[in-house]
Amino acid sequence: MANRTIRVDYIARVEGESALDLQIRDGRVTSARLKIFEPPRLFEALLRGRGFAEAPDITARICGICPVAYQMSSVHAMEDALGVRVDGQLRALRRLLYCGEWIESHALHVVMLHAPDFLGYQDGIQMAAKHGDAVRNGLALKKAGNELMRLLGGREIHPVNVRVGGFYRVPGRAELAPVVEGLKRARDIAVATARWVAGFPFPDYERDYEFVALRHPNEYAINEGHIVSNRGLDIAAADYDSEFEERHVAHSTALQSVLKRRGSYLVGPLARYNLNFDRLPADAQSLARETGLGPVCRNPFKSIIVRAIELVYACDEALRIIAAYEPPAAPSVKLEPRAGVGHACTEAPRGILYHRYELADDGSIRTARIVPPTSQNQLAIEEDLCEVATRALDLSDDALRDRCEQTIRNYDPCISCSCHFLKLALHRE
Amino acid sequence: MTAIANGTGSTCRILVVGIGNPDRGDDGFGPLVVRQLVGRVPPCVSIMERTGDALALIEDWAGRDAVILVDAAAPGAKPGRIHRIDLLEDALPTELSLSSTHAFRVADAVGLARALGLLPGRLIAYAVEGASFDPGAPVSPQVAAAADDVALRVAAELRLLEEELVGDAAHA
Repeated sequence: MANRTIRVDYIARVEGESALDLQIRDGRVTSARLKIFEPPRLFEALLRGRGFAEAPDITARICGICPVAYQMSSVHAMEDALGVRVDGQLRALRRLLYCGEWIESHALHVVMLHAPDFLGYQDGIQMAAKHGDAVRNGLALKKAGNELMRLLGGREIHPVNVRVGGFYRVPGRAELAPVVEGLKRARDIAVATARWVAGFPFPDYERDYEFVALRHPNEYAINEGHIVSNRGLDIAAADYDSEFEERHVAHSTALQSVLKRRGSYLVGPLARYNLNFDRLPADAQSLARETGLGPVCRNPFKSIIVRAIELVYACDEALRIIAAYEPPAAPSVKLEPRAGVGHACTEAPRGILYHRYELADDGSIRTARIVPPTSQNQLAIEEDLCEVATRALDLSDDALRDRCEQTIRNYDPCISCSCHFLKLALHRE
Repeated sequence: MTAIANGTGSTCRILVVGIGNPDRGDDGFGPLVVRQLVGRVPPCVSIMERTGDALALIEDWAGRDAVILVDAAAPGAKPGRIHRIDLLEDALPTELSLSSTHAFRVADAVGLARALGLLPGRLIAYAVEGASFDPGAPVSPQVAAAADDVALRVAAELRLLEEELVGDAAHA
């Protein structure tokens, strides 16, 4: 059969709505299109004319899985525009809240969404019958992340306690104490989860990606740092537009982001890990080596191990922050509206999330631009699909379809953010 | 998750969860019902609202003797029609899939809890067929009328559940 057509109309176990069309002619993959048909959400237009202080609560609504990422990028960008820097314990509390989101999001993806691909189950519910302990572990991890979100953000989905300049209310030390035991248990579970996923069967596949992530002088970057790559990129968030551009493609309601001079790139856990291995604590590095990862991993299927390592890191980091916490004198710093332009990039669980705002004299938003991680990964996903499918053409249509879906889920794509769900059409001709 | 009444006492542990988003038309059915229950249920009953994340329901019902879920179903052939389903006995009919815009639906939470042995002692769902789930739309008149009826039925069922559970405890 020289020509094949394989179609998946709705990609499951991703957030949002999309489909994949794969065209195979004469034994060659001629095109792989990630067709995102989630309706455009027009948040950037919605923000125009609103007050700068409204951005964190409005942008949090872009995503129910990673609202903290939107809040963090927006508050940092606004503070940049207003010439204010938030430091000390307020900065630490933001990092703690972000750790909560990483734990909640990674736990859900590693155990419930991605692991079934490797073990041959349709979903996490089917997997639970044979891997009950692993699923219980995943739920316990997710709960630990949710607890942090609830404690610092007021609630676990779309937190309401984050404001430009800090928080509306900060916790006392006694309020943080009850989550410590849960986080210690979560840390042990994360280690067990890393060892569990390291034993999965991984397709023999590597690609020479340009990895892009934040890098901080002395932290595993979450909230701040320079945007760097393994091909020499090293810029501040303010220079984002000089290196990156978004392009419209006809088959997607999400814009595709590319490096102006080099095209596709990869953001997310694999990029963070590869560019910041030396910033991980010795324990996390040691666990990574034990699971078979070196300082650099180019196999996107092994991103599931990297997410598990980041789960361990996020638990450790949360415990470190809580141990050192002293309530700040005020829950936020004072802000004066002014005209200006602000930029920020933070590490959402799926990769860097860029925000840029231009403010008028009264602090109202003149323009807003938001570049979510899934927009940035779209082209890399399509290139992976071409390569992975080319190497797996001898598989049956069903097996090839499964492999393609697994390839997409390597990225934990958040389609809703990118427009911004998944149908897969595979055409063999 | 928003707790709107915390049950007291140790004789029975019952939870009612109103599931849905009040800002999406008939998806607001669950919250609309449970808000009517405050002050009208036995003191051991906790009441909460939940939007999104159906998986978290497994955490919500941990350690509960009985749980009643109130949710909207879509699309509805007959908006306002009420269904009572014993989820320990019957699966949610596929045509009555309790709606969710997220990856995990209520049926998934029930299926996962069943596989993991984490179901409560009793688990009942009241579902109403919805008409419109548009963002910003109000609850439709048919579904609003059904909410009053379901609130009465749930309040009555809660009283019976309390009597049974307290009786079970006395005979234990």
